[in-house]
Amino acid sequence: MRRCARVGEVMAIRTKPDPQSYTFDGFGSGRYPNLMLRGAGELENWQLRTYEQKHEGYVALRKALKMEPSAVTAEVKTSGIRGRGGAGFPTGLKWTFMPKDIEDRKLTRYVVCNADEGEPGTFKDRAIMEYNPHQLIEGLVIAGWAMGCKLGFIYVRGEFKWLVDKLDAALQQAREAGYLGRDILGSGFDFDILTYRGAGAYICGEETALLNSLEGRRGEPRVKPPFPAVKGAFGQPTTVNNVETLAAMPPILRMGGDEYAKLGTPGNTGTRIFGLSGHVKRPGLYELPLGLPLDFILNDLGGGSSTGRKIKAIIPGGASAPMWDASAFDCPMDFDTVKARGSMAGSGGIIAMDESTCMVQATLRLLRFYAHESCGQCTPCREGCNWVTKILTRIEAGQGREEDLPLLESLVPRINMRTLCPLGDAACGPLESALRLFRPEFEHHIRQKTCLVTGTPLLASLGAH
Amino acid sequence: MKENTEKGNTVLVNIDGREVAATVGSSLLDAALAAGIHIPHICHDPRLTPTGACRLCLVEIEGERGFQTSCTRTVAQGMKVRTQTEGVRASRKNTLELLLSEHCVDCLTCDKDGDCLLQDYSYEYQADKARFPNVAPAAGEPNYTTESFALEYDPSKCVRCQKCVRYCQEVQMAEAITMANRGGSIEVSTGIGISLNESSCELCGGCVNVCPTSALYDKQAKGLGRSKDLKKVRTTCTYCGVGCQMDFNVNPKTNRIVRVTSEVGCIPNNGSLCVKGKYAFDFVHSPERLTTPLIKENGEFREATWDEALALVGKRMTEIRDQHGPDAIAFLSSSRCTNEENYLMQKLARTAGRTNNIDQCATTCHGPSVAGLGESLGSGAMTNAIVEIEDVQTLFLIGANPTEAHPIVGLAMKKALRKGAKLVVCDPRDTWMAKRADIHIKHKPGTDNMLINAMMGYIIEKNLHDPKFVEERCENYPAFLENLKGYTIEKAAEECGVPAHLIREAAEMYAKGTPSSIFYTLGITEHSCGTNNVRNLANLAMLTGQIGKRSSGINPLRGQNNVQGACDMGAMHMALSGYQKVTDPAVRAKFEAAWGVTLPTNVGGRVTDFMEHAGEGKLKAFYCFGEDPIRSEPNSTKLAEDMAKIDFLVSQEIFMTETAKLADVILPATCFAEKDGTFANTERRIQRVRKAVDAPGQARPDWQIISQVATAMGYPMSYNDPGEIYDEMAALSPNFAGINYERIDKVGIQWPCPTKEHPGTPFLHAGRFTRGLGLFQAIPHTPPVEVPDAEYPMILSTGRTLFNYNIANMTRKTAAIEHKQPENFVEVHRDDAAAIGIKNGDMVKVETRRGSLVVKAHVARKVRPGMIWMAFHHEESNTNLLTNDAFDTTTRTGEYKACSARISKP
Ligand SMILES: Cc1cc2nc3c(=O)[nH]c(=O)nc-3n(C[C@H](O)[C@H](O)[C@H](O)COP(=O)(O)O)c2cc1C
Ligand code: SF4
Ligand code: SF4
Ligand code: SF4
Ligand code: SF4
Ligand code: FES
Repeated sequence: MRRCARVGEVMAIRTKPDPQSYTFDGFGSGRYPNLMLRGAGELENWQLRTYEQKHEGYVALRKALKMEPSAVTAEVKTSGIRGRGGAGFPTGLKWTFMPKDIEDRKLTRYVVCNADEGEPGTFKDRAIMEYNPHQLIEGLVIAGWAMGCKLGFIYVRGEFKWLVDKLDAALQQAREAGYLGRDILGSGFDFDILTYRGAGAYICGEETALLNSLEGRRGEPRVKPPFPAVKGAFGQPTTVNNVETLAAMPPILRMGGDEYAKLGTPGNTGTRIFGLSGHVKRPGLYELPLGLPLDFILNDLGGGSSTGRKIKAIIPGGASAPMWDASAFDCPMDFDTVKARGSMAGSGGIIAMDESTCMVQATLRLLRFYAHESCGQCTPCREGCNWVTKILTRIEAGQGREEDLPLLESLVPRINMRTLCPLGDAACGPLESALRLFRPEFEHHIRQKTCLVTGTPLLASLGAH
Repeated sequence: MKENTEKGNTVLVNIDGREVAATVGSSLLDAALAAGIHIPHICHDPRLTPTGACRLCLVEIEGERGFQTSCTRTVAQGMKVRTQTEGVRASRKNTLELLLSEHCVDCLTCDKDGDCLLQDYSYEYQADKARFPNVAPAAGEPNYTTESFALEYDPSKCVRCQKCVRYCQEVQMAEAITMANRGGSIEVSTGIGISLNESSCELCGGCVNVCPTSALYDKQAKGLGRSKDLKKVRTTCTYCGVGCQMDFNVNPKTNRIVRVTSEVGCIPNNGSLCVKGKYAFDFVHSPERLTTPLIKENGEFREATWDEALALVGKRMTEIRDQHGPDAIAFLSSSRCTNEENYLMQKLARTAGRTNNIDQCATTCHGPSVAGLGESLGSGAMTNAIVEIEDVQTLFLIGANPTEAHPIVGLAMKKALRKGAKLVVCDPRDTWMAKRADIHIKHKPGTDNMLINAMMGYIIEKNLHDPKFVEERCENYPAFLENLKGYTIEKAAEECGVPAHLIREAAEMYAKGTPSSIFYTLGITEHSCGTNNVRNLANLAMLTGQIGKRSSGINPLRGQNNVQGACDMGAMHMALSGYQKVTDPAVRAKFEAAWGVTLPTNVGGRVTDFMEHAGEGKLKAFYCFGEDPIRSEPNSTKLAEDMAKIDFLVSQEIFMTETAKLADVILPATCFAEKDGTFANTERRIQRVRKAVDAPGQARPDWQIISQVATAMGYPMSYNDPGEIYDEMAALSPNFAGINYERIDKVGIQWPCPTKEHPGTPFLHAGRFTRGLGLFQAIPHTPPVEVPDAEYPMILSTGRTLFNYNIANMTRKTAAIEHKQPENFVEVHRDDAAAIGIKNGDMVKVETRRGSLVVKAHVARKVRPGMIWMAFHHEESNTNLLTNDAFDTTTRTGEYKACSARISKP
């Protein structure tokens, strides 16, 4: 029934609980070394012995345990790595926020791995957990050692049930091999990891909502400050890191922070996994040093448009990142330049849309996602997203009014930066950019009651959504 | 926000160009509001952890990007804040317009019209409700409150501030409600969508009180008056001894109390109420209220005029007094009534009645506290203030169930727990507090002294006592020490039926607390060894020096709204107002001069003596004021027989109680909502009671009735208003001399308060005990009078529950309460239930040597095996038919907490 039918495909990378039926072509670019996707694609790669034999498994942990915890953190600082969960915050710096005086204050501390991976267009963490769970575990133990934690959690997106099972199996292997549990590798360090399955809410990827959910509460973001490092899980100092961030720890320690920092560009070091999807020939996961141009990823690696039509728009960093039109395709993909060009590198999910995509419908679908996933706690997000969705729905249904575009534009600055957590801002990104870049499509919908891209009349589609 | 302008505790913040001093740690919003700077706020409540959800309180802070929510930011020295910039105002307006889009705006027909934050702010910001077409959820869909009689939730009026949910979770800790769904469809619901009555809801109404709109509203109040038409009358709750300050919302047009609210910041309850304060006022307007004087003729009541009734009472009382001597008449005053009325009642007994035969229900409950603590420390009252509870570090609860019997004290304890306090609970039942205790000693009923003695022995053995305190401030220590020898931890563990290590740990936790405080209730006093129990708790506090400081002492939680006051006022057999002894000639001389009579010199009897004398035919006339001894005293059957032998019985009442039915004359009185006066709460705070509505029919204020009876008995009394009575009392009683109505208009004062300049006394015994030196006493363990045997192998204990109040003739008039607790029940341990083959919810027969009842069994593990527990709220199933009329040796308090019983299939 949909009029602008192609959009469906763009967003349609669904999680299938069968690892063998991934719909994309491959892992890695073949041209740059894989630090986190080593052995990805091979089903038995997750086993401890493979990790030990082929991928230098737990070598970094042995090394770390011989270092002072503060030296480990220093190494991470030197590496320059920035969080891969979305915000790109320097990881080493984040670790130093954990309080030092825990003995006196009788505090426990926790390190939590954010494996909620809910951002549309992002599908990298699942691959790490699928093929390299031990690398994540090793990274988490290293983080635990560096920050003086006794317990770590892996908070896994609810739909990834089979990955929780896999992680649990890997954790058990690690425990049996002495990499986890009491007196790890004879160092006297006790540390264990528990998995926790979410219940299917995007907002639980936001770190404070995640902590609420982990504690068994309603998954709603908490106001910051206090930051998790001061008052996190169960009221104790906590650091939350993304799967990919933690999985980068073993390579960083093995090669040394200096060496790692040589990858990528200054200030944007290391490799990260880009998830390429949409209208490209070779969608998939590509682990690349930061700073390569988008063109290169789209065309050289992705093989360009899969439909023969030109790529019209790109979402460069997961659904929350403002869109780009073709004028920005030359942008180097690192945190700072992407930001300078008006978007964000986010979670590394790149979504390509070709010329046949109706941007009104694409925006509507994105906003419907945010309206649906808003926790409902704060007014501008709850009602703002709801309203934007409603207005877009009527435009899409051919019932748009001339005042609707100014109304939408007036809403953006009143939601953006005014919500409790960044979800409200995230919703504004695609909306504001689509209105700015593809305004004629919206106007055409409103004035002509037809879709500018497909030419389809709109009135009949009322109720199609 | 607490006033605190001490140096070092405040910071200076610049708000809109004004320098504002704010307490360290307070929020920017609170600081602004306290300084009179208005910032809109819908999701803020000073009692709740801020969430920053509504986004209305946004401000700009110099040097920071974007806008900040002032409710979530703590003040910092030198902060520069702007609250009214164009940017924040536009943002607030937009937020309000978004709120209006999900709100069914019909102020025309809304109960909250005039007291609604959304309305106020929408007006202030001229929010346009048409900017976003309305998408409010449909009203009238069934939800979790549809079946409730207490409250009603209307999602179309809900602004999703979640204050209700947060109050329920954080303050009440009932965790009955939550938000369901997400995004635009979130709404309040119970966890799994069950009806409120089935949930863990405690009917505190807190969620309704915090709601900024009409989304949550009191169901019975709907349509009875818009907020702007209602007049708020501040008064003191008439139920338990906490003395919550509440506001009757009265519709003057209909002379009706529409609902009850309470104001954040009021002392002692800070805007919180329990189910009784919030909802149990339906009795005021009950058609069952007595409205005319009644005289019994030939076994039937007939209506009479006041003149007739008063003349008859005057004539018969004087006749009997003169014929049989003053001690053949007795007066029972009422701890439910005001100080002024209690003062007058004892004055009536002692002047017109010429007897010290005057008592009130303290004998039934905290007589042992008044006696025991009076003896050991010099004062029988709670030593500390309620506001101090949140700073106690180790709470030691014994025989007390505050979350049910004193719910607002319970809230203060919950707050202490949230602040990290340790908790020791000694109680044979798994109460709310026991379930959350660090140590729960689930000892056998009646073994308290065994336990306390063993604890004290251990404390001394481990050197955890305070020898300096003992040496300097106490006496008789050697005799006390000698007595402890027989009480080892092992013996106590065996006798009490609890593991020895728990007793040791409890002793340590209490002794080491910085500070610790003891709280007890009737689980301690309602025993044949009640006074001894109290004396021994005083020993424990003195031994460890955990007394005489802020947040540390020994605190009997008084049961009735004014049982403290009734004692204070001298409605006691041996003391005049202010605990001045009738046996002291100087005291008598002072009162004789003031009252112009000669006072009786012999100490009078107590209510339990009165009943005994009635049975023996020695008591000829009995004036019973606001009490129903037949329902409230143990062994009701025998009691009713005894009462029937009294020649002339007067009942001054608001309802036709069991006792009133036996009366010769009934004088219809006003209830607390219909008169002025004062109550003294459990922390000795004297607080105002104010008239909110007119009395029904010809009912008269009690103080007037008592004056008129005195006059009819030949001792003229006349007062213009209760304030005059209070002043007379204060002039005669040094403890209260500094208090008058003017001083307690806003906040009550804790006595002792000897002069007009004195600020009152939050905690007692600082530096010196009222008695001088604290008196250690050697206390032996004595078992209950009735102990289980082959015939009656179980222990029956009784008590109160949250939802009803004592004999419940007031609380049960409220539909929501009846809905929640419709019938009597007995708690049985599941092993005992299995032994006789009954399941949860089955009927079971409970028998004692005095009677039997068939009630519903609540089978669980709440009570100890071998023990059963019942409440005494239900008239049609009177638990006091079962209880034992054995009494404390000192105060003659009934042994309600332990008698022998058996259960069987009916
Ligand atoms: C709405 C929302 C959703 C988020 N979802 C995720 C997620 O699925 N996975 C993730 O790692 N971080 C997510 N984040 C970011 C986290 O809050 C947090 O910044 C991150 O886990 C920190 O890890 P890092 O420092 O390793 O990047 C989300 C943030 C927001 C605001
Ligand atoms: S911005 Fe949205 S998701 Fe975030 S707290 Fe507010 S309502 Fe919840
Ligand atoms: S809740 Fe407030 S704004 Fe809503 S209808 Fe009632 S008075 Fe008006
Ligand atoms: S009445 Fe009290 S206990 Fe019940 S839902 Fe409301 S706040 Fe919770
Ligand atoms: S019911 Fe009232 S208190 Fe609760 S969320 Fe709605 S508006 Fe707020
Ligand atoms: S009052 Fe501060 S966000 Fe609601």
